[in-house]
Amino acid sequence: MITFLWVIVVLISLSILAFVYRLVKGPSTPDRVIALDAIGVGLITLIGLISILFDTVFFLEVILLLAVLSFIGTVAFSKFTEKGEIIQRDRNS
Amino acid sequence: MTVIANILIIATISFGTIFILVTAIGLIRLPDAFSRAHAASKSATLGVMSILLGVFLHFWLIEGHFNSRILLGIAFLFITGPVGGHMMGRAAYLSGVKLSDQTVRDDLADVIKKKREKLQ
Repeated sequence: MITFLWVIVVLISLSILAFVYRLVKGPSTPDRVIALDAIGVGLITLIGLISILFDTVFFLEVILLLAVLSFIGTVAFSKFTEKGEIIQRDRNS
Repeated sequence: MTVIANILIIATISFGTIFILVTAIGLIRLPDAFSRAHAASKSATLGVMSILLGVFLHFWLIEGHFNSRILLGIAFLFITGPVGGHMMGRAAYLSGVKLSDQTVRDDLADVIKKKREKLQ
């Protein structure tokens, strides 16, 4: 079981490396934001696996925190790339 | 009982890992920003939900600790993953990111053109 979990941790780390490649190379800003969102997802997964491996439940608070931060980052970046402002004053546009 | 729990945990975690690896392959190989957003939002969300379900089953069935925060995290990711992907795709289209060369049809272009003509 422990070996299986370490193998899974290595595989997830390799996929995070692939997301970092897209984050550095990505030709446009939305590509980079999508890669950041995927990196947040990978970090959440790693925290779940590491809390099994270290046999503690105190890391699990971080899952909700990272999910909220990643979602707010994606929404703020998408608003900014769409209109150039994050909080709109004009509701009709 | 422990054997059944272990089989369940290993099955859910392997399923999620396969989906996250598919996300990594998609982010590297797909041609334009929209198909990459499609890969990242759907399959990464399903993968992380499945892996967190495995973590929840481990803490519940083996350690005897019912952790409701993981369930809350699964529900939150299920709601916000596709919403974030959709907003990012819309922002990418409206800010003028090029489609790939293999795109067959683009229905949104006519709608946006009509709307811009009406506004002017």
